[in-house]
Amino acid sequence: MNWLPPNGALHGIGFDDLLRWNLDTIFWLFVASQILIVLALLLSGLRRRPAPVPGPVRARSFVAFLFTSLLPLLAITGLYIAMVVTSHHLWAVSREQASARHAVQVEVTGVQFAWYFRYPGRDGIYGRLVPDLINAPAGNPLGLDPTDPHSRDDIVSPVLVLPAGRPVDLRLRAQDVIHGFFIPGMRLKQDAIPGMIGHLQFTPEVPGVYPILCTQVCGLGHARMQARLRVVTPSEFQQWLAAREGFALSTPIAEVPAQSAMEERP
Amino acid sequence: MNAEPAHSAAPSHGFLRRRVFTTEHRALAVLYLLIGLAAVIVGTLLSLVIRIHRVWPTVPFPLYGILRPEDYLAVVTMHGTLMVFFVLTVVPQSAFPNLVLAEQIGTRRMAFPRLNATAFWITLASFLALLAAFFVPQGAPISGWTSYPPFSAIAATGPGQGAGMDCWLASIALFCIAAVASSANFLATIVARRGPGMTFGRLPLTVWSWLTSSALTVIAFSALFGAALMLFADRHFGTSFFIPAGEVINGIARSGGASGSPMLWLHLFWFFGHPEVYISILPGMGLASALLANFTRRPVLGYRFMVIATLMIGFLGLGVWGHHMFVSGMNPYAGTAFGLTTIAIAVPSSAEVLTWLAMLFRGRLRLSTPMLFTLGFISFFISGGLTGPILAQPALDAYLHNTFFVVAHFHLVMAMAGVFSLFAGIYYWYPLLTGRLMNEMLGKAHFWISLIGAYGTFFPMHLAGLAGEPRHYAQLAGPVESFPSLIPVERGITFAALTLAAAQLIFLFNVFRSARHGDRAGENPWRATTHEWSPDLHPITRGEPYVYGPYPGGTKDFLPQWELAAPATSAQPYPSGAKPE
Repeated sequence: MNWLPPNGALHGIGFDDLLRWNLDTIFWLFVASQILIVLALLLSGLRRRPAPVPGPVRARSFVAFLFTSLLPLLAITGLYIAMVVTSHHLWAVSREQASARHAVQVEVTGVQFAWYFRYPGRDGIYGRLVPDLINAPAGNPLGLDPTDPHSRDDIVSPVLVLPAGRPVDLRLRAQDVIHGFFIPGMRLKQDAIPGMIGHLQFTPEVPGVYPILCTQVCGLGHARMQARLRVVTPSEFQQWLAAREGFALSTPIAEVPAQSAMEERP
Repeated sequence: MNAEPAHSAAPSHGFLRRRVFTTEHRALAVLYLLIGLAAVIVGTLLSLVIRIHRVWPTVPFPLYGILRPEDYLAVVTMHGTLMVFFVLTVVPQSAFPNLVLAEQIGTRRMAFPRLNATAFWITLASFLALLAAFFVPQGAPISGWTSYPPFSAIAATGPGQGAGMDCWLASIALFCIAAVASSANFLATIVARRGPGMTFGRLPLTVWSWLTSSALTVIAFSALFGAALMLFADRHFGTSFFIPAGEVINGIARSGGASGSPMLWLHLFWFFGHPEVYISILPGMGLASALLANFTRRPVLGYRFMVIATLMIGFLGLGVWGHHMFVSGMNPYAGTAFGLTTIAIAVPSSAEVLTWLAMLFRGRLRLSTPMLFTLGFISFFISGGLTGPILAQPALDAYLHNTFFVVAHFHLVMAMAGVFSLFAGIYYWYPLLTGRLMNEMLGKAHFWISLIGAYGTFFPMHLAGLAGEPRHYAQLAGPVESFPSLIPVERGITFAALTLAAAQLIFLFNVFRSARHGDRAGENPWRATTHEWSPDLHPITRGEPYVYGPYPGGTKDFLPQWELAAPATSAQPYPSGAKPE
């Protein structure tokens, strides 16, 4: 369990507890089963050769069947059911309900081999995207349409910056192939699929920097398709937003890694 | 030959006629085993390339040089495809049934021998088509053995996704045809060609496994065949089954085409992909029950119970594919449903495991090599299977999906359990092909080194997965440096993998040496009860499959299916109420 990266998300506490009891349980089941196999070997070694005059093999009594097969099977089935039931609550609250009204809205776009994060800006509406306008070297990796008034205040960032303590609603999309959006520190993963909009909700709690990885093989740059999540205080978040709102299209994105869209083909 | 009937019956046929261009199923079994052997050698070498590159990424490979990221992904893709299709499907689901299925049901002839032989030749073509991917421009495909579109649908998405991907698709489509054809033959053989007295209630458990896995093959590979054709059409005929509108590759918008969805491929692929896991492991499960009975000299516990569990696993196996898609953005309620079906399938699997464990305590274990590998199979089936219920929970899978935790899970439960059961089968049935036994000392060395090597390789992968390490990463580097603590673990895994691979040299040596120099096996070396060991070409089945242990009126500790019980109790070998389960 100590192998997990430090958790920074609200639901991560529950997640870690769940995973811990699941892992503990199956670990001891694993140990018990392997001990049984070794025990069978040892007992068999001690056992004398069968009697030279064969007697009848005794049928397994019902009591033996009850204690060696039926009860263990019922117990294991009960355990499986307990596992499903306990974890379903976490799945239900994190996936089966709409996002909070005051959630921070960010759109995540996976592109070979970079993640882009778009904030809708002051108007709270994402501007129109036109595939033909996509031009990463010129600073428009998503194809924002400058003629759409909603796109003027959109912020496109290579870093995901979020305020601590507020629910977040991520809108997941991909331009080219399927990418896997994974923030280990937020216990969060979902695929970004071209042609589909996915939603992912969570609440970052602990300020800090968390790696963002791609977990669906997407091409030769898959392993370096990594980004960062910076969880900051609400006031730092407001400053960060204020410094960028309204300038998204006029200023080239300084922080876009130069390799992102240019060096794919040899 | 037809013109000379006098010669056709004589054993004067050439070697090619008897062993290669033949419809005789045991000869086909050998040919399938040779494909499996070639595939497992290439697949293992590729896995060593993976392991070495992950630990020493800058060390050049002889004759090749330093691996580029795309080379690494090509190696991973080919490793997975070779192992899943040409080892874990071809050997348990094609080679083994050709070796013993007909004999086990008391016949010497398959229902459709020519269809069966044709399936082999298509499999060979499929194998060659896959290997050809290494040699086409830009090399082998890099999108993994699951080949998710649009990555696999558009050649511009990366090197290897052009000609290499076409080779892969051709190979898969051919493989589907072969798999369905050979399974149709097995199904028809089991249903229609059972020898006299061989009722369903007397079928060996291996045959019940092949009945189930063959039905799964016909259903699952048909779906994959359709998906492969659709992907081919997307690539070459301008259709858009799997490509959405507004697709942009490399900054260039794809013009034209209707709007399809990659999700369709995921559904079709995993509708095949999950039953495929059971296709490759069910024969091993049946074999484990049979070998445990033989090497403990006690009947299989709960024969009927095991049959029902096998059929249930097959049936439920068709309804769990969505657990590969929990984080794909599929409807979360569907995730919940697939989680439940997946937990449901864990119940009959656990029932079989508990039965095997109970069987271990019934008699003296004879620790011959086939038995050791069966014990290894059970050990891996448990250690890999136990992580199944964890991954079946969508909430937990939302972290573990596509990490090394999953790699550990399926390598233990499918690859290691699968391969150990293949070894058990090969050591056990070797005398049928050569008349000799494999060397026990070498066999035991092979087993123990493999067991330690396999656990050393795959157990630590759980830890890397918990740390969040994703699959398909050519190296643990990049803008985010969260992996340095994993490097020692990775190094240990690589050393264990090298040990595991080295142990297989013992096996290869044993296979080829024992064919000439092994101890003579005699007629029924394992004192087994099923018909593949019967001296009679057309045996009559007179009893249940696994009658082991002292039985009333008997003078030995087993009663083969082709023998009558002692006269006093011939109608019913057991006094009523004392019948072993």
